[in-house]
Amino acid sequence: MGMTITEKIIAKHSGKKEVHPGDLVNAKVDLAMANDVTAPLAIKLLEKYGIDKVFDPERIALVLSHFVPAKDIKSAEQAKIVRDFAKKYGIKHFFEEGEGIEHTLLPERGLVVPGDLVVGADSHTCTYGGLGAFSTGVGSTDIAYAMATGEIWLRVPESMKFIFYGSLKPWVSGKDLILYTIGQIGVDGALYRAMEFEGETISSLSIEQRLTIANMAIEAGAKNGIIAPDEKTIEYVKVRTDREFTIYKSDEDAEYVEIYEWDASQIDPLVAKPYLPSNVVSVYELSDVTIDQAFIGSCTNGRLEDLRIAAKILKGKKVHPYVRCIVIPASKDVYIKAMREGLIDIFLEAGCVVSTSTCGPCLGGHMGVLAEGERCISTSNRNFPGRMGHPKSEAYLANPAVVAASAVLGRIAHPEEVVSLEEVTV
Amino acid sequence: MSGNVIRGKVWKFGDNVDTDQIIPARYLNTSDPYELAQHVMEDSEHPSFAKEHKKGDIIVAGRNFGSGSSREHAPIAIKYAGVPVVIAKSFARIFFRNAINMGLPIVESPEAVDKINHGDEVEVDLEGGTIKILRTGEVYKATKFPKELMDILKAGGLMEYARSRLCR
Repeated sequence: MGMTITEKIIAKHSGKKEVHPGDLVNAKVDLAMANDVTAPLAIKLLEKYGIDKVFDPERIALVLSHFVPAKDIKSAEQAKIVRDFAKKYGIKHFFEEGEGIEHTLLPERGLVVPGDLVVGADSHTCTYGGLGAFSTGVGSTDIAYAMATGEIWLRVPESMKFIFYGSLKPWVSGKDLILYTIGQIGVDGALYRAMEFEGETISSLSIEQRLTIANMAIEAGAKNGIIAPDEKTIEYVKVRTDREFTIYKSDEDAEYVEIYEWDASQIDPLVAKPYLPSNVVSVYELSDVTIDQAFIGSCTNGRLEDLRIAAKILKGKKVHPYVRCIVIPASKDVYIKAMREGLIDIFLEAGCVVSTSTCGPCLGGHMGVLAEGERCISTSNRNFPGRMGHPKSEAYLANPAVVAASAVLGRIAHPEEVVSLEEVTV
Repeated sequence: MSGNVIRGKVWKFGDNVDTDQIIPARYLNTSDPYELAQHVMEDSEHPSFAKEHKKGDIIVAGRNFGSGSSREHAPIAIKYAGVPVVIAKSFARIFFRNAINMGLPIVESPEAVDKINHGDEVEVDLEGGTIKILRTGEVYKATKFPKELMDILKAGGLMEYARSRLCR
């Protein structure tokens, strides 16, 4: 019997010829990552157990991304724990505040290549599956253990396959495909499983959009999301690193617990209503929903392509007087490129707030926390109760074009209500 | 954790209790377990849980408990609030890992959860894998976890389990 791409990568890293769903294996990791929220717990555990070495200082990434630049004294203390640890152990891939959100940074800096096995103490670590790597979110104890030993225990997941065919309508993107998927299968529809995406629509997507799809696999409960590498993947990776890599693809006779095949050409821009990412409807159904805030950013949709799309909508327009629009490039590199392309000018002139890179508002951390009863439309990934602020605030999830259009009209809007296709080339 | 039986009063929650409800991100600027415990379940359907529950009370929930973030602060807050075990229809995968890795007992049993009411008293036999509802006397079987995971849980978590290896 054949193996899926996920099974092949896990087998390779656990020194086995083959693995099967349900097997428990000890796998070697190519990279272990943690951030300013999760690393301090891991570091304290290492100290508690008297462990004074790491398995490889070149294969650990520590990223200050969540509550930085420090929003208060406690956050400053947390960041300092990570900073001091990185210095003490000579952690090569330590990223200071403002460098970026981990899931944007790691692919962008060539730290993840196809075929890698990456674990990160952040649930959205599944993002790197967009490059054909196996990557999964774990907790702080897992990361402490991985930093010490270079290993992780894994239960080999069953795989589900999602095939998309057909061309996307204007203003529809990878974000809408993953929202559609979660809407169909539910927030635990892929619990403990691998989600594999393929088909002509997926092949037509840029790497950035593929990363967006894999990013939200966790919102369906999945262990990982993965897209087999192709020419675009190789091109993306080769300009970023000299590291050699292996391309894995699923065998023809690999086994899947479920296979879905969907016509992507029928999908409208979608919005996930509170309080679950699976609560998905067409944007057309929500045109009477007013908003107080619009957020363009996060590890899901804060990359250059996302900002370019938002800028197409916001160019020469004004953010609605009753709306705050917050734009946060997901990394310094994205910020610099957006600045050179004139996107930042467009945002500022439209009346947006532009901030240095941080996870900030996505998790109600800082830089745009919601008050009681306020409503935000966001390009991020979660709309749980209280996710972006007060427990009685609301978050709606959508793609960057929809969020930008909503910012202009002060209510949830389809991009075509703000700009015509003749005005912009999508 | 030994083979003894845990007995406690139930606080019942619904499906998809996510980690933002268990411990909201506004408290993630600390990793002090006792401080986290003071805010446990604050954004859930029982926001008064942290103030009103007694040590030894048991959390019972529906499907996909602990979904969302990887924050280990969630099982930490539950454990340090004195909750000895969480029973759910199913657990989100990172919460599941975290609970095992830090030695917070978790039990999966869709049948039992359907029958347990808020305020019931239940007895959980971790070793035997059973849940008894004292009100009715009914006994339900818990889903069996692989032996390797039970070994980690019994040792008190991953670091304890691996102590010999890590500290050599």
